[in-house]
Amino acid sequence: MIATDETLVTIEDLRVHFPITSGIVFQRKVGAVFAVDGIDLEIKKGETLGLVGESGCGKSTTGRAILQLIRPTTGRVLYSGADLAHLSGKALRKQRRRMQMIFQDPYASLNGRMTVGDIVGEPLLVHKMGDRGQRKSKVRELLETVGINPNTLNRYPHEFSGGQRQRIGIARALAVEPNFIVCDEPISALDVSIRAQIINLLQQLQREFGLTYLFIAHDLSVVRHISDRVAVMYLGRIVELAENAVLYESPMHPYTQALLSAVPIPDPSAEELRRPVVLTGDVPSPVEPPSGCHFHTRCPAAREGLCDVEDPQLKIVRPGHWAACHLVTDDDYPHIRAGENDLAVVDDLAGGHAGEGGETA
Amino acid sequence: MSEDERREADELRREGAIEPEAEMGLRPAAAGAGASLASGEAAAGYFGETLMIEQQSLGGEVWRRFRRDKFAMVGLAAIIIIILLAVFAPWIAPHNPLTQYNDGITMQGMPVGSSAKFPLGTDTLGRDMLSRILYGARVSLFIGIVANGFALLLGVVFGLSAGFFKGGIETLIMRMTDVMMAFPILLLAIALSTTVFSKGGVWLLVVVITIVYWTPMTRIIHGEVLSIREKEFVDAARLTGATNRRILFRHILPHLVAPIIVYTSLGIATTIVFEATLSYIGVGVQPPTPSWGQMISMGQDYYYTAPQLVIYPGLAIVITVLAFNLVGDGLRDAFDPQQRRR
Repeated sequence: MIATDETLVTIEDLRVHFPITSGIVFQRKVGAVFAVDGIDLEIKKGETLGLVGESGCGKSTTGRAILQLIRPTTGRVLYSGADLAHLSGKALRKQRRRMQMIFQDPYASLNGRMTVGDIVGEPLLVHKMGDRGQRKSKVRELLETVGINPNTLNRYPHEFSGGQRQRIGIARALAVEPNFIVCDEPISALDVSIRAQIINLLQQLQREFGLTYLFIAHDLSVVRHISDRVAVMYLGRIVELAENAVLYESPMHPYTQALLSAVPIPDPSAEELRRPVVLTGDVPSPVEPPSGCHFHTRCPAAREGLCDVEDPQLKIVRPGHWAACHLVTDDDYPHIRAGENDLAVVDDLAGGHAGEGGETA
Repeated sequence: MSEDERREADELRREGAIEPEAEMGLRPAAAGAGASLASGEAAAGYFGETLMIEQQSLGGEVWRRFRRDKFAMVGLAAIIIIILLAVFAPWIAPHNPLTQYNDGITMQGMPVGSSAKFPLGTDTLGRDMLSRILYGARVSLFIGIVANGFALLLGVVFGLSAGFFKGGIETLIMRMTDVMMAFPILLLAIALSTTVFSKGGVWLLVVVITIVYWTPMTRIIHGEVLSIREKEFVDAARLTGATNRRILFRHILPHLVAPIIVYTSLGIATTIVFEATLSYIGVGVQPPTPSWGQMISMGQDYYYTAPQLVIYPGLAIVITVLAFNLVGDGLRDAFDPQQRRR
């Protein structure tokens, strides 16, 4: 399935380690935050790849590292053949035309000292696209595309609401006609009533311009709504990757199962049957990630001598479905699922959830 | 239109600016123009006021808020008056500040009190106090403004490079400011003005004060840049392919305007006091050039018999410094983002 579709972005063994230093004049490294710790991912042209996980699991860092806002410690990011991680200066600036980002906080992502027209027009100016007049009409066109009155281009960002600002941010991202957009929790900071509008706008733009999205979120239902495929992250690694329907219906990784079982169901009778897998403990610190499988400290199915020793690789468990767990590929994995009441419930539940999702879609 | 009415209109307009979102939201696909027109009356005001909105720039808004601050306005008025007095001192001053008048001194060699000829009396050499204070304002303001200008220039250049480029440059510059700040500044200034810059003169004093005062500005700018460069709009600019130069001048520098203006006005006050201090000690402006600090120093021996020798230049310093401080505080409040949202 992957092989037939055209891949737009390939991420190979991406790692971002933030050094922890000490000392004033002569800083020495005393440790590192393993924010992103070995990610392999292929993003296909035209798809929306959802990236979910708890706070602090490295979702945003991954997005930023792909766009080279944070330079990866190691690994490659291949975009149409070029390795962005090893580009710099002018070459990188050129490539950036093709990839943009929509930010989480619409209040921080627009320069308050610039007018809306200048903000949206800046990418055009930077890349010397068209003359003054052409740029201005392009800005008006862009604002109209995202649903902002183009006559407001002389206004400043603080005169707009959060939803409008997010639209302006989207217009800026679209200005350079990118193929690939990283949406870093684009709706998390917005009012609930505005979220659906922004989601719809993003989907409409995707159809219109053939965009590819990496959609980062912690809201599972939003990701389910917008994504074609979903990747689940835990402590800097991808633990499971599958098509949307497959992942939500039959999650394979114990972490995904726990995560999905925590989503409340807006149906009282189904909600009553829901028995969430309650994980014990907190997410371990990314400064000292657990040995072996990062999840083994909280995993209800963890096996001593295996999970805490060996790093599980992201392996294909069935066509189009990857999971990084030693146990899923074991012959007796179904046995574990059957033996674990809680995990079995998750299975039922995901089915019910899918039906409910179908009605709303 | 009274001020209150105008303020009300401002408020209304701001609400009007937000309203179309609700309308537009229902059909995100619709073109912005059509959708906001649908909000009827609100839309009329929305378009009609476009011209006014252009005036609603940062400066305009800060000025609007500043104007409401009574103390700051008094301070601003005082500064304007002081500057005018200083600039036009040759025309305003009743006498030459350096002339020693025979009738400006009593038979016992004491300064005279205020009279029609000498409104604020004379000093111990029979020179007119008012004229000397007016001319002293020129020295104080000149040093305050010019020295701060240089300190600001150094502070911005060093602070901006340290905060933006980080790494070795940052370590070098910031540790240098640490070293500078570890010096007792008064001692440093005295040492500089008695050795390297021992010729006196106003310009040399400017250099001394600049050397002493560029460090706090550097630190302030450095701190501001550190916080601004992590903002998402800087990332966004970088993503659009903007060069470092563009990010520095278009995205970071404009955000430094507020702290620069505020700290400059407060810095001028500090510098004026500092100049007075140096002149008082005798290492600042050299006689016969009049300077407030030096006048106080000369008059202190006569404090019991002729207190005006100390009081008038003292008042001049207090009023000037207070005025700059009031304006600085007012500006800080006017620029404050928390207040801006109010």
